[in-house]
Amino acid sequence: MEQTILHKADTRFSADHGWLKSAQTFSFHGHYDPDRLQFGALRVLNDDTVNGGKGFGEHPHDNMEIISIPLEGTLEHQDSMGNSALIRPGEIQVMSAGTGIYHTEFNKDKDEPVTFLQIWLYPNVLNVVPRYDQQNFGEKDKQNKFLQILSPNQEDEGVWIYQNAWFHIADLDKDFETEYVLKNSENGVYLFVMEGDIEANGQVLNKRDGYGIWHSPNIKITAKSNSKVLVMEVPEKW
Amino acid sequence: MDKINILVIADHPEILATILRLIDKTGIWNGVGADNSANAVEVFKSAKFELVLLGVGVDEETERQLLQVFKSVNPDVICIRHFGGGSGLLFSEIQHALSTRE
Repeated sequence: MEQTILHKADTRFSADHGWLKSAQTFSFHGHYDPDRLQFGALRVLNDDTVNGGKGFGEHPHDNMEIISIPLEGTLEHQDSMGNSALIRPGEIQVMSAGTGIYHTEFNKDKDEPVTFLQIWLYPNVLNVVPRYDQQNFGEKDKQNKFLQILSPNQEDEGVWIYQNAWFHIADLDKDFETEYVLKNSENGVYLFVMEGDIEANGQVLNKRDGYGIWHSPNIKITAKSNSKVLVMEVPEKW
Repeated sequence: MDKINILVIADHPEILATILRLIDKTGIWNGVGADNSANAVEVFKSAKFELVLLGVGVDEETERQLLQVFKSVNPDVICIRHFGGGSGLLFSEIQHALSTRE
């Protein structure tokens, strides 16, 4: 039987550090709520806005699959593996932190803010050699269709991670109806509305709302306005 | 009030130092580090630990062996995996683990 969890945008944890404003769907840093810890392997969904010229100084990570999806502006990334890159809307960045990695993440622009989704998934393998990847999907067709941007398979479309998870994005025209069919029916789906308003299996979702669904082999989605949606299919156990 | 002792095991020196610094900064928890399993057992036997964080570098077989030793010394000790290597998840991991004692 279908089970759901609704996270309205205004119920997210809020952190304001001046240079950083962060809306956090799940418990993060100083925020703890036992009912808001994770959705299966999905542990972090932070909606971060960083002021011009500011950013995260050097800090470590280990044993986590870390995905960044810029929504506005340009992120500048540098890490201890020697990677140096700019990440813009239409791109996805992934780090498998494994045995340990250091990185910095700054707003490249001195004046305009950068907004990006920072998403962490538990890995299904511990202590892997750290890796970094970044891909551009901006030119690919995602109008009224699901574009795969992440999977567990190296040969598959999008970036890959050490977890049986699939991410898709779609730009939906108002009143367009579609259906997301799970890759693995044992998985759950966490929907995040980046823009607009949708209805998913009968639940109305507005901008920045999140909605987790277990035990449903497919998700019926109707756009109530022109919308952008991120569909994260993740395992409950791994 | 006595601080809660937390043993952190991780083989990445900088990450271990970061986690210990974050724990100590809370003022209510006391972090002690070990960078390998032999050292962890020695440290664990030297003081009373309420919580053990199994960090980077600890594989599943080592985890199983360590849990056996730790539980034989202190059956009430809570052992959990630490993920992420920094402040992101650390505090909620610890709070959540300690809440299971109550």
